[in-house]
This record gives sequence, structure tokens and C-alpha cells, in this order.
Amino acid sequence: MNGIHDMGGMHGFGRVEREIDEPVFHAPWEARLFALRHAMGAWGKWNIDGSRYAREIIPPEDYLRMSYYERWLAGLVTQMVDVGLVSAEEIRSARPARGTNNVTPALAPNAVERVLARSPALRDVPAQPRFRVGDTVITHNINPTGHTRLPRYARAKKGTVVRYHGVHVFPDTSAHGHGEQPQPLYCVRFDARELWGESASRRDGVHLDLWEAYLAAA
Amino acid sequence: MPHDHHDHDHTDHSDLPAEPALRVKALESLLVEKGLVDPAALDAIIETYERKIGPRNGARIVARAWTDPAFKQRLLDDATSAIAEMGFVGRQGEHMVAVENTAKVHNMVVCTLCSCYPWPVLGLPPVWYKSAPYRSRAVIDPRGVLREFGLELDSDVEIRVWDSTSEVRYLVLPERPPGTETLNADQLTDLVTRDSMIGAEKLRATGEGAQR
Repeated sequence: MNGIHDMGGMHGFGRVEREIDEPVFHAPWEARLFALRHAMGAWGKWNIDGSRYAREIIPPEDYLRMSYYERWLAGLVTQMVDVGLVSAEEIRSARPARGTNNVTPALAPNAVERVLARSPALRDVPAQPRFRVGDTVITHNINPTGHTRLPRYARAKKGTVVRYHGVHVFPDTSAHGHGEQPQPLYCVRFDARELWGESASRRDGVHLDLWEAYLAAA
Repeated sequence: MPHDHHDHDHTDHSDLPAEPALRVKALESLLVEKGLVDPAALDAIIETYERKIGPRNGARIVARAWTDPAFKQRLLDDATSAIAEMGFVGRQGEHMVAVENTAKVHNMVVCTLCSCYPWPVLGLPPVWYKSAPYRSRAVIDPRGVLREFGLELDSDVEIRVWDSTSEVRYLVLPERPPGTETLNADQLTDLVTRDSMIGAEKLRATGEGAQR
């Protein structure tokens, strides 16, 4: 979707402020929320693409006002309610609904290490990649209202395939319960001038990982 | 989800206190009471990311690449395997690519769409990496961003920005600073900063360690 999250190339956000000796978490609640997300993810009711989309649909004025982990909180609540792990009423009241059965947590402490170990997006399925390293490609001009990983600034732009990553889960379908539909993933280099015009450096380039469905032969 | 100020079907569904600390506390209590989460599992997750995983891992990879040419070649050819060889695997590091800085090429990593970052080798990302200024500007004005970070690159240096749009994660292999020829791998590890492995700075022989 053409949301506020798709920030590449925007102006007006100011300087990048670096913090010296920054802690991993800035408050205990950030750490608890970070952990809650993983523990609730262990129920297997959603995937990473759906989680990203749940943050992308935060209204833009809220998105910009919220801190990073406040967005995570909003996204987590949206997902838990959507899949029925909790009800909106339970979130409001912060109490389990009367008569709900107590369940056994999906993530036991001794399983944490295993669960955090791996969650690969590469799929071992046969595929005939349409493009090869060195090919010139042009990205489609798409404006889906759902999840996509083709940012606005790189649509309808010409680039060169510089690397083939294998067959990866396709976020645009995976985020919406339409299946993984794994397909070839490429790293594509765009000259800075192709993206930003003549004022950009002639030498510089921006690389994006793009799925085959985003690309046409140029 | 529709945004409607006239009802409570807001993204956060909540009449709970606006203060996130209180809301998260209430949420954790609810989820524990329903049996959906075990608080001890939460403790174990936090312990992992606060104590076990951090930029020291990446610094060890870089120091080894500087001192072991065969490893460096494996890292550049297949970073996922080379990094796994050192024991660094996990969420947000399943598919790794290492990109090498040289006198003529400077690499810099961003995620314009969210906050993708190679957790197993660098830990969780700093706030600036997740911030709107960095996400918006890294792709259109990388030289301006680097200048604010104190790094002025010559116009004949090529900047390669890597926007992390897939589950592939990028690690910058910074240049080994001059005057470090006599240092061993442990001493070199101490020189490698987190930000140098994002491509936000160049290293000097008097680095401050992998905190920044």
C-alpha cells in the first residue's frame, strides 16, 4: 500500500540523530512487548509479512506520532484480535472474557532458543529464473492497496540484476493469507540518477531485493 | 482497518491507559491469565537479545575476515554459510550477504519500508536506523547522511545503498584501518563499531569498540 511506512526519498524528517551508548531497550516495557510479540507469534496464526502489514495500516498521523515499539504494540493487538486469540473486549477490559478456557502457552521457556533459531524465507522448490545476473529489468508500476515490498521510489524504474537469491516466499500474497507463492528473488541495482534525476551522483546506486513478479525485461 | 475517530475500532482497540508501559503491562497480564504466554519464556527472549546477541558478533566476523583471507572469500561468496560457521544464526539472519568497503566503494544499509536489520550479527537496531530521517534519506541523500555522521566521501567514491526489501540481510565489511597491522583478531574485534558494519562510518585505529 502507498502508506506512510514507505518513506524512501521523502523530505522533511530532519537530521539523523545518533545516540551514544544506546541501550538495547529504552524502557522495560519495550523489552516485554518485544518478547510478547515472539511468544504470541509461536501460536503460528500469522507470518512476518502479515505482521509488517499490520503496522503499515496504522493511520499515518498515528504512525508518525508513535515510537517504534508503540507501532509493534498496535500491530500485535490488531493481529491478535483479527485471528481471535483475544477479543477487542478483552483488550479493552484487560480481563479474560467470562468462561474462556485457560490454554497452555505455545512457547515454553525451554523452547525459546529453538524458536529464535531460524525462520527462513528460502523455499526448496524448482524454479526457472526468468532473469540472469547482468540483465536489464524494469519494475512494474504497481500501486496495490495490500502489502508489497516494491517501494514507490523504485516503481517503473530501470535497473540491472546483480545477484540471484533463490526462490523466496512472496510477501504480497503471504501477508494476506493467499499462500507463500515462492518465486525467484533478485538483487537489482538502480543508478541513483535513474531514481532521483540528474542532481544525484553519477556513481552512486541503490540496490533492492525484488521478486520476479515485480520485474519485466527492459 | 478503517480509521474512524467516532468509535473505538481504532488500531489499538483500546480504552487502556495511553501510557505504553501501562498498556503493555495490562496486555501481558491478560495474555498470561489466558494461558497464551509464559512469562518465563518472555524473560528468556529478553535475555537472548540483551545479553547474547549484539554487534560484538559482527565485529568478530569482520576481524576474522581481515586476518583470514580464505574466510573472507567464503564470507563474500556465501555469507550465510560463513557466518553460520562462526555460530551466528537466528531470526533476521537466515539469509546473509556481506558487502565489502574499499577505497573506491562505500556500502550503506537501510530498510526504507520498516526496520530490517541483521539481528544475529548486530543485535537489535539502534533508534536512528529505525527513524524516519534515516529511512527517508539514506536512499536519496546518502552523502548528506554520511556527512552528518562525520564522514565526507570523495566524489569519486561510489556509494552503494542496500535497501533491505526482502528477508536477505546485509552486513558491511568495513575497511581495515591503517596502522593496525600488528594487532591480532581479538584486538581488531575491539576496533570494529556497530555503525561501521551498517556503513554509517569508517573505522579508525582508535575505535571505541562495537557499541556504536
